[in-house]
Amino acid sequence: MKKIESGNVAAALGVKLAKVQVVAAYPITPQTPLTEKLSELIEGDELKAEYITVESEHSALAVCIGAASAGARAFTATSANGLLYMSEQVHWAAGARLPLVMCVVNRGVGAPWTVWNDHQDSISQRDAGWIQIYVNDHQEIIDTVIKAFRLAEAVSIPVMVCYDGYYLSHTYMPFDVPDEQKVDTFLPEYQYKHTLDPQNPENLNTVTMPFARPDRDGVTQPGYMDIRHNLHEELGTAIPVFEQIDAAYKEAFGRGGKPIMSDYRCEGADYIVVSMGSLANRIKDVVDELNDEGVKVGVLSLHLYRPFPREQIIAALENAKGVIVIEKALSYGNEGALFGDIKAALYPCEKRPFVHNYIIGLGGREIKQADLYDSIKASCTASENFEDVSRWIGLNR
Amino acid sequence: MDEFKCEIKTSNSKSGPGDAGRTGSWRVERPVIDLSKCTPAKRQKDSCYLCWLYCPDGVISKELEPKIDLEYCKGCGICAQECPTGAIKMVEETSLIEEERKNDEKN
Repeated sequence: MKKIESGNVAAALGVKLAKVQVVAAYPITPQTPLTEKLSELIEGDELKAEYITVESEHSALAVCIGAASAGARAFTATSANGLLYMSEQVHWAAGARLPLVMCVVNRGVGAPWTVWNDHQDSISQRDAGWIQIYVNDHQEIIDTVIKAFRLAEAVSIPVMVCYDGYYLSHTYMPFDVPDEQKVDTFLPEYQYKHTLDPQNPENLNTVTMPFARPDRDGVTQPGYMDIRHNLHEELGTAIPVFEQIDAAYKEAFGRGGKPIMSDYRCEGADYIVVSMGSLANRIKDVVDELNDEGVKVGVLSLHLYRPFPREQIIAALENAKGVIVIEKALSYGNEGALFGDIKAALYPCEKRPFVHNYIIGLGGREIKQADLYDSIKASCTASENFEDVSRWIGLNR
Repeated sequence: MDEFKCEIKTSNSKSGPGDAGRTGSWRVERPVIDLSKCTPAKRQKDSCYLCWLYCPDGVISKELEPKIDLEYCKGCGICAQECPTGAIKMVEETSLIEEERKNDEKN
């Protein structure tokens, strides 16, 4: 069924189709309409779930952690400072290996206050052990939310579905709402093997020692480092699992095929722009314009940011002359976060392309097509002594 | 495909002594029960057992003469605090160890 709705509603409809059993969320701009829609769906009995109201984002995720530990399929959503307020629980959910799904409606982080979009909120949580997926449009939002539950439940790792505040959350776009029965087949009822059971009480996530040690029954139990190593290794296996899940989705619904990253005019391109979220879509127009002028440039939209798809990045970029990373977040005091990751991935390549970095659109600062055009063109025509620094575009505007 | 499907991937344990390894070595003071003051021991019937109930590590037995599992008792002193007849005293481990050593030498 086709619909014209906001990105937040697309996310809510995805959550509804996923038949979640528990929703706990605290409203924050620009995520609010998503939680409002979910409470409306639950109140109207269209989604048979518990909506648990909480006093903070920390509690919202804590409730979801409790619900998932008891075997329920659970969902939350937040933005910016709300995500940071729940940060302690964000790390906990990953360490506890709970298959939660959270939408992060990307917004700049205070101080100073901003309610507008950039990627600093979710990028700052990239090392928490969650899977992070960045989507480009409303269709991808609803499809990815559904796939995210299956992925989280397959690998026992929570998934963040990140989409741009306002650019996607509040704009209206046509999208297809997948058929409910087909989603039920794709994403069957959640059966968690190991749940809290009052008849058989136990502690989960009990204190670990620096060393592996025998439990009360004399069975050797892994220590902290072993459990964390396991999380790291299994994050890596999430890449092929996500590809398989996407392939199954494509078979059922006819959409997908590029879950890790999608490329536009990258084949045979001399230069490749790398970006994430709705910005990658905007860059397509600039890429068209430059190709018309004879500059062979494409754009690569990275969807899966954590686990970082190193091999796929190398395969996509190693034969280019240059790579241009345009992003809306950075590691303060260093450089663009994605820029650093991409440079590190390309380091072992024999014929390394140059990598340039542009920081753009922080706190919703207007991104003009001319900014993108000028930046990409400057890099494509750069001489060898083009300084390798992160360039901030659109200051004092 | 879903081969990982949701097995336990973190630490877990059943409640009971030994949950965090042999914690007896953490103890600075040892609880010592004076059976002449202990209610169930004195009356020779199941009663009181507040020490058993309050022990956060579950290392005190529910017997007419309650026993404390020193392999796991961390020496928190809650039992001594809760005992209504003051039958449990916390004694410095160092003095007890010295006493034990002297006894060993005698034997």
